[in-house]
Amino acid sequence: MQRHLISAADLTRDDAVLILDTAEEMARVADRPIKKLPTLRGRTVVNLFFEDSTRTRISFEAAEKRLSADVINFTAKGSSVSKGESLKDTAQTLEAMGVDAVVIRHGASGAPYRLATSGWIDAHVINAGDGTHQHPTQALLDAFTMRRRLVGRDSGIGKDLDGRRITLVGDVLHSRVARSNVDLLHTLGAHVTLVAPPTLLPVGVETWPCEVSYDLDSTLPKSDAVMMLRVQRERMNAAFFPTEREYSRRYGLDGDRMAKMPEHAIVMHPGPMVRGMEITAEVADSDRCTVVEQVTNGVSIRMAVLYLLLGGNEPAQTRTEEK
Amino acid sequence: MDTQDTQPGSPDARPVLEGPDIARVLTRIAHEIVERAKGADDVVLLGIPTRGVFLARRLAAKLEQITERKVPCGSLDITMYRDDLRMHPPRALARTEIPGDGIDGRLVVLVDDVLFSGRTIRAALDALNDIGRPRAVQLAVLVDRGHRELPIRADYVGKNLPTSLRETVKVQLAEEDGRDTVLLGAKADQ
Amino acid sequence: MSKILIRGAKVLGGEPQDVLIDGETIEAVGTGLSAEGAEVVEAGGKVLLPGLVDLHTHLREPGREDSETVLTGTRAAASGGYTTVFAMANTFPVADTAGVVEQVWRLGKESGYCDVRPIGAVTVGLEGAKLAELGAMHESAAGVTVFSDDGKCVHDAVIMRRALEYVKAFDGVVAQHAQEPRLTEGAQMNEGVVSAELGLGGWPAVAEESVIARDVLLAEHVGSRVHICHLSTAGSVEIVRWAKSRGIRVTAEVTPHHLLLTDELVRSYNPVYKVNPPLRTERDVHALREALADGTIDIVATDHAPHPHEDKDCEWAAAAMGMVGLETALSVVQETMVDTGLLDWAGVADRMSVKPAQIGQAAGQGRPVSAGEPANLTLVDTEYRGRVDPAGFASRSRNTPYEGRELPGRVTHTWLRGKATLVDGKLT
Repeated sequence: MQRHLISAADLTRDDAVLILDTAEEMARVADRPIKKLPTLRGRTVVNLFFEDSTRTRISFEAAEKRLSADVINFTAKGSSVSKGESLKDTAQTLEAMGVDAVVIRHGASGAPYRLATSGWIDAHVINAGDGTHQHPTQALLDAFTMRRRLVGRDSGIGKDLDGRRITLVGDVLHSRVARSNVDLLHTLGAHVTLVAPPTLLPVGVETWPCEVSYDLDSTLPKSDAVMMLRVQRERMNAAFFPTEREYSRRYGLDGDRMAKMPEHAIVMHPGPMVRGMEITAEVADSDRCTVVEQVTNGVSIRMAVLYLLLGGNEPAQTRTEEK
Repeated sequence: MDTQDTQPGSPDARPVLEGPDIARVLTRIAHEIVERAKGADDVVLLGIPTRGVFLARRLAAKLEQITERKVPCGSLDITMYRDDLRMHPPRALARTEIPGDGIDGRLVVLVDDVLFSGRTIRAALDALNDIGRPRAVQLAVLVDRGHRELPIRADYVGKNLPTSLRETVKVQLAEEDGRDTVLLGAKADQ
Repeated sequence: MSKILIRGAKVLGGEPQDVLIDGETIEAVGTGLSAEGAEVVEAGGKVLLPGLVDLHTHLREPGREDSETVLTGTRAAASGGYTTVFAMANTFPVADTAGVVEQVWRLGKESGYCDVRPIGAVTVGLEGAKLAELGAMHESAAGVTVFSDDGKCVHDAVIMRRALEYVKAFDGVVAQHAQEPRLTEGAQMNEGVVSAELGLGGWPAVAEESVIARDVLLAEHVGSRVHICHLSTAGSVEIVRWAKSRGIRVTAEVTPHHLLLTDELVRSYNPVYKVNPPLRTERDVHALREALADGTIDIVATDHAPHPHEDKDCEWAAAAMGMVGLETALSVVQETMVDTGLLDWAGVADRMSVKPAQIGQAAGQGRPVSAGEPANLTLVDTEYRGRVDPAGFASRSRNTPYEGRELPGRVTHTWLRGKATLVDGKLT
């Protein structure tokens, strides 16, 4: 593995499987009376959040604390920290405090990459979501959830998602979750299909390692997992689609549509859900919907990433990199 | 877990225990456990990955033959409790599998292949501490090669093998390596 | 003023000749020239060009003297072989009145490193709503002939039409920064494969092309001439080519960086590559080179845009757009146009001196290297190759995308009306 986790595209197949396998062991810690491991004792991790995201921050914080790291939360939003030079200054302040890793969420695409590569700090950088670019731990927890449900909890160890058909539906254009998932799922051998109105697909999507469709109904029967992406209501104002009603009629997942999916297929959502827009309450609350599981799995995945990046004297080595 | 790898088939490695010897010492250890634990009815065997787990399973089978009772057997991965984590890249984790009834109030017998510095067992004791509170903890090893760095000793020893620090001890088990043997070899020059 | 004899210079890349300067004027061009008491410059086969003219420079003064001043900017110009720069209007305050353009013009005179010709804003405050006093700026001491809201597009079709018409009264030209504002809201880089991957707001080619198409049609309709700033896409080239074939009086410029760099560089998220218009694709780069070679694009203009370090040492979205260019322009043109065989040195002189002087009506600039002409000259060591080191820049800013890159060519001497501003690569 590389020193930092910036993009899902940076992970090799072996890196990704190692993370998923490690997360599977981390998940077992949650079943124990003492949900804590001493592994990162004496390491300091900063959660540097330039953008509000309580759920992601809490997930990282839980992971860090279960591994006994010292955790510092730095929420920059709303403070004077909003301009570029402040990212550098903040980074150097953290560096001066002897921070071992920075978990960064930033509204600007590429900010974590800049933090990791500009020589501002030595710490490991973990991208917790940057603009409309990447959110690699989200993709990992999604892949983890899929592997558990579609391959098996124990029988999945050491395996990827070879041949599984995954459909992502919704606002791909503005979604870092979609970008990360396309990269990672492709690396793991899955077949990915993006379904969205043409306005919500980026120019250039044709070069991505996936299929693109404008038609949800024809895609559903060929899907092992369907991931609904959040669609913000304010997109309507920029004419990405005419009305909420029309969007949900064409691209929303309701009970009737869910019935077209194969028996074993699951419904996923990175949250927060906009019920009534991309997903109906009936689907969101059904047994096939893994939203709550995804949250649980997020902690295990983040523990695995933290351990594999910070647990030793250098990041974990995988077979492909030794060559 | 304290095993130091030699190159497989290292020319100067010589076997000190062969398949039948290993079976024999495991049978002896099983009898000793029954003896010391007065019937072994509250024994839980926890093997330390990788080879300790196979040894624990073999011991469990032998205990079941002797006592005609099911003996709970699991695994305890100590990777996250190691004191040398910062000296290497992170290792892949192995499975920790605690038998259904847990370890509270039980006699836990830790099982490992080689007892060397004692640091693995120290980590295992820490790991156990986070999982429950056994009545007592004992240690069974296939080979004790000496050179302890901590005040730890084994309760059941397959073979005491005096070694120098320039030597390596490699345990091979059929489940992992295709054959049962314990090899004593010279450390590869750095 | 004393005499200078430049010996053995390849005038416009031709056979070595001697050039004798007397005072502000070229006295003679020929072989075996000699002059009593003349200072001799051994050219040793270097190429002699008319002093370069940049129709698109941001000197930043008044207002942003932390990034550049008229003095530092003109020193950078002299280093790069320029004898005239046209200073863009987006200063603070905006150069939209006779007072501001005269101030810039006067600062240029005082600097003495090259002629500074202020460009006036088309609209008050560059806001695109109300015409600035174009006539007053023209009649001022600065004698403004080029008007531009550069940095912003004159997006309102009616305002653009009126501006094109109005400047006919004094044969001015409007230089359009073609960027449809609605199509580029939140835009961070060229829209395409790379922007899709990087999650950066896309800047579609059509946002430039649609404005160029509209403006050439407007120019045709009102019978005016229009100049297109920093043309950056293959589609824009096609539109300008079509317009010229129809006889529309349109001229166009391309920047050195659009001749060399592509949006692949943005993958580094290094804001040194952030520029307006954005770096485009390989295909666009090739179309621009071809168009410059065949004359569809008339000139190279630097869009020299200095920014202080802190405005680039940050994340991409927060960074300022622009690159410095005066001191590397000729090297990039040699790399992309001359060394590729697309243009000879006479062609370079045409695109970087003669034509820009004509478009901007810079009297005495862009003239032939022959007897009786003003001695505005640039001597270039075209055999030189070296890595770009921003530490050596005369500009106050260092935001070059070429740091560490090996480029050919080096300007060793620049003369402004017979006065050396650069000697052996050192400013006087």
